[in-house]
Amino acid sequence: MSPGVRRGIVVWGGYAAVLAVAPLVFHRGFALSLLCQMGIVIIFSLSYNMLLGQTGLLSFGHAVYYGMGALITIHALNLVQHGWKFPVTLMPLVGGAAGLAFGVVFGYVTTRRAGTTFAMISLGIGEMMAACSLMFPGFFGGEAGISGNRSAGGPFLGITYGPQIQVYYLVAAWLLLSTAAMYALSRTPLGRMANAVRDNPERAQFVGYDPQHVRFMMVALSGFFAGIAGGLAALNYEIVTAESLSASTSGMVLLATYLGGIGFFAGPIAGAIVVTLMQTALGSVTNAWPFYFGAMFLATVLFVPGGLASIALLHKRLWDARLLRRAMAVYAALAIPAALALGCGVLLVEMAYNASDESRAAFRVMGHVVDTTATASWIAATSSFLAAIAACAFTWRAVSPRWAGIGAALAGDRDP
Amino acid sequence: MTAALELSGVQKRFGATEIVRGVDLRVEQGERHALIGPNGAGKSVLFHLISARYPITAGRIALNGETITGRKPHEINRRGLSRSFQVTNLFHRLTVFENLRCAVLWSLGYRYCFWRRVEKLADANDRAREIVERIGLAARADVPAGILSYAEQRALEIGITIAGGASVILLDEPTAGMSRTETEAAVALIRRVTEGRTLLIVEHDMSVVFGLADRISVLVYGRIVATGTPGEIRANEKVREAYLGAEAAHA
Repeated sequence: MSPGVRRGIVVWGGYAAVLAVAPLVFHRGFALSLLCQMGIVIIFSLSYNMLLGQTGLLSFGHAVYYGMGALITIHALNLVQHGWKFPVTLMPLVGGAAGLAFGVVFGYVTTRRAGTTFAMISLGIGEMMAACSLMFPGFFGGEAGISGNRSAGGPFLGITYGPQIQVYYLVAAWLLLSTAAMYALSRTPLGRMANAVRDNPERAQFVGYDPQHVRFMMVALSGFFAGIAGGLAALNYEIVTAESLSASTSGMVLLATYLGGIGFFAGPIAGAIVVTLMQTALGSVTNAWPFYFGAMFLATVLFVPGGLASIALLHKRLWDARLLRRAMAVYAALAIPAALALGCGVLLVEMAYNASDESRAAFRVMGHVVDTTATASWIAATSSFLAAIAACAFTWRAVSPRWAGIGAALAGDRDP
Repeated sequence: MTAALELSGVQKRFGATEIVRGVDLRVEQGERHALIGPNGAGKSVLFHLISARYPITAGRIALNGETITGRKPHEINRRGLSRSFQVTNLFHRLTVFENLRCAVLWSLGYRYCFWRRVEKLADANDRAREIVERIGLAARADVPAGILSYAEQRALEIGITIAGGASVILLDEPTAGMSRTETEAAVALIRRVTEGRTLLIVEHDMSVVFGLADRISVLVYGRIVATGTPGEIRANEKVREAYLGAEAAHA
């Protein structure tokens, strides 16, 4: 067995094993529905990266394919309720077909140009479809949405999709299949030419390929996978609202994908997990979660354009070069001032949020009451935040030569 | 015998400015034809017209007897014409090997296939590997094209151009910006890889032109003023006056 094959078995086997075991560890209702949501967002983000990372197409309207996949699936589910014989297990394929169909139609219109033109047209189409969903509530469901019943098909081998755990394994199976399919696709002639068109559409023409056609096929195929994610969402939530094809959903998938890292196949997986966790977990703790979300995205774009995946890759290389211990020493030095700065920053944001709501003008932090009506607490919070930032800058100045040294050692290690 | 490439009455205007003013040019099958002329004569523009990067204003271009006027670049490439660029034009984030594999895919008939893995396409991999060897970049095969040295990028540029097996090759200043030794290596490479094909080359380096070309055409202000063997061109009064003379005066 070649090392490549062995590595493939380890990676894919590990992926399947994690998917199989996850609900045994996180088995409570809340955690289980979180896992389902994660799986759906992972498929959606991977499909988005077929455009952004692989083909170089920045789309602001990817939710169109996801939302239409979800809508058609919920309508199909209601047909099943009325006697249509179609297995619910294969229902995500209906969503996929819908995503593919809309991908073919809109892909044909949007792919003449890449870059700004494509981004603008995708935004326009997204707005158009979102407007449709409010104009034709009969089909699109409007604000209230369209509901369905995922158990409509009746039991098959004891599977009814009533219990959440059965839905989880349905999501997991489609996730595994879709991930494998999208990975395989990235390594086919079309997948490689998508990379070529991303890098240099003009040159692609002069080796015989029509860049527009390559982009068109990638939009259509990524629409297919987004549609599968939408179909799963319809089964999972049993309701599809106008929000699923709105600009905010398009924005969410862009953020998740970019945060994870568009230059790596697995990047969007990490991004989707983090974003889902932040949305759900952070959302239950603080109303200010979109603010933290935005701040995190901003920090990624500014400081880690390669996303979470590039951070992971850097540390693997540090590990391989036996430099990880030195890097850890730098992190340790920075840890306390960074944690202080973060803590004070969060405190300020929370104070600002709570100050706008009179009933919560005073709140408790670690047993202490913070009164947002008192000027003193603002002065204290602001000055500690500034002091912590200064401590960060000071520490960074002290350790940055060591960090540069690690970088140099890593570069030297790489170019023998 | 039909010409590999035939231009008749080709014109190009940008707004009111006429850059190419009625070019007639015949490149025979299997010959190495050089296009020379002073800066701004329209040599690169003529290349862009032949390869359809720009549309022509008037005239007709035929490739192996078939009119290609009005066709798109990828259609012309599929009919057997391949070109390089004066400014290096690569897939900069892909490795050297990937660049070449992308360049052979269409010619081997894989089109927009998304159900076969590229690693398993034996013919594409063999052909790409063979070209990596031929252009002398075997040791750099796994390096992203964007971080190659300038001379290596120029070699890869030629590699991509010839990879698809096109019968007519257009090279736009392949040795521009190279040192003496690099130029000699590049000329040897061009000689090797264009064996048995038709070559049209734009070049400023006269030693390269006179050493490589079977025939030379001289383009001055958007018109061909002379075509002939290197000996004939050297002896041509009009050429001396319009081009070599001017060049000598500069020197």
